[in-house]
Amino acid sequence: MSDVLVVAEHRRGEIRDVSYEAITAGRELADARDGDLHLAVVSGDVEQFADDLNRKGVDAIHTVANGEEFDHNVYQASVERLLGETDAGAVVIPNSVNGLDYAPAVAEASDLPLVTDAVGFEYDDGMTVTREMYGSKVETTVDVTGDRFVLTVRGGEWAPAEGVGDAAVGAVDVDHPESGARVTGFEEVAGGDVDIADADVLVSVGRGIDEEENLEVVEELADALGATLSASRPIVDNGWLPKNRQVGQSGKVVTPDVYIAVGISGAVQHVAGMKGSDTIVAINTDPNAPIFDIADYGIVGDLFDVVPELVDEFA
Amino acid sequence: MKVLVTVKEVAEPDDDFAIEGTDIAEADLEYDLNEWDDYAVEAAVQLAEAGIADEVVAVTIGPERSEETIRMALAKGADRAVRVWDDAFEAGFADVAAKVTTFEAVVEAEEPDLILGGVQAADTGFGATGVALAERIGFEHAAVVNDLDIDADAGVAQVHRELEGGVEELTDVDLPAVLTVQTGLNEPRYASLRGIRQAQRKEIDATDLADLGLTADDVASALEITSMYEPESESDAEILEGDAGESAARLAEVLRDKGVSA
Repeated sequence: MSDVLVVAEHRRGEIRDVSYEAITAGRELADARDGDLHLAVVSGDVEQFADDLNRKGVDAIHTVANGEEFDHNVYQASVERLLGETDAGAVVIPNSVNGLDYAPAVAEASDLPLVTDAVGFEYDDGMTVTREMYGSKVETTVDVTGDRFVLTVRGGEWAPAEGVGDAAVGAVDVDHPESGARVTGFEEVAGGDVDIADADVLVSVGRGIDEEENLEVVEELADALGATLSASRPIVDNGWLPKNRQVGQSGKVVTPDVYIAVGISGAVQHVAGMKGSDTIVAINTDPNAPIFDIADYGIVGDLFDVVPELVDEFA
Repeated sequence: MKVLVTVKEVAEPDDDFAIEGTDIAEADLEYDLNEWDDYAVEAAVQLAEAGIADEVVAVTIGPERSEETIRMALAKGADRAVRVWDDAFEAGFADVAAKVTTFEAVVEAEEPDLILGGVQAADTGFGATGVALAERIGFEHAAVVNDLDIDADAGVAQVHRELEGGVEELTDVDLPAVLTVQTGLNEPRYASLRGIRQAQRKEIDATDLADLGLTADDVASALEITSMYEPESESDAEILEGDAGESAARLAEVLRDKGVSA
């Protein structure tokens, strides 16, 4: 049981980047286990997907043509079938919204230990997974009992697999239970009048602002700098700014020349949406806030002291 | 319809904290209701207020201290609560299967039609218990729900699942189901003083594994945390020192160099 099975992810006809990253993680694990790397691609145009996913290091690709878009029952049935048909004992799944919608069910149904959101691992005599806890403030190593497990891997932690592979491609037909969860459509989050993805300079506000009334402080800064106002998730959850202003994994990905993070701690989901900015400035009271890890310039201080002074500088 | 809400007391470290062994020092932790669960409680209470749910029961796996947290769920409108704890949980890190085994026993006793819970816990961030529980008990499920409408007559939950990149998936989920809830689903209420007073009189059924017909072996974990450490900062940020005025002046200089001006 030394082989590894990676499950690819796609949406609306396109393979998602996390799939190529999961291949790299899966290959790393398969090498450590001295095994083959199997890849499953489920639903949609699986032949085209198999072509795209045939990267260096993949030994076998199994296509399951049932269905068009993501259906967790089809994914679960596919993985269970392939666990039975191959020698794979370790399953690697992207730690995405859809990954988290079926990976726990696969682990439960197959009685396998589950470790989610891995940022690294070491496999020697057994599996040791590195993951974060307490909102990225600490890292932990977690030992897994036994040699069979399900692992979900965080996006952006492994380099995408490259190179053209020569994996054998084979089709699998999967029986799956009629779905009690039926996808009826997709909806884009309303664009509104402002597209933060177009802005050259973003002043972005987070939880540190405390109260809705305090938004005025950062609005003044945005005005003074000729910048556009954006926000991290809690501000949008609170209804203080509309959804089209949200930067992050579930919001917009932005790449401005200058990104000023005000009172934003820098959760991984937020960072995913702004790390491509040319220059990142962080203003935060907590010197250990993860935002400082990716910032180019930082001020450790109270935004309510610093921001008005900065506004004065540009007045 | 009976709604079961899984809630968790989560620990949050202070800005400055020490690590002792494989966890953060107790003195540096503060406890609160998991933010994601707060949205699940609100969703359940709104279903009760809309006449869709007859009873809302909060369930937690947690030590006696966590009654403070679960009282928040009661103060916000849950009718009663079940708290499961056992020495077996003190011993180590409960994995997903251990939690699912515990919740399964509670589900057998309570027979809910709908189970709501946060999509993840702020401390461990596993994001897996709800979906694994659904699999175990034969319920349907949906993860990362950020919009919810229950059609009780049709026995269907119409949900939006928040995908990455500003896209939502619209899905009809047959009941009974487990839905894991994303923040932003609603606006969780503050507990009113009256609610807090009433919560003192509501029942918290403290129970252990034996009461649920389980043993420590049933909740043995396949995972063990073997080390905890502060990640090495890869930061090469230039920290602009000085008081607010000085650091702001330095930042202004940087920004002007980058071509920023009104």
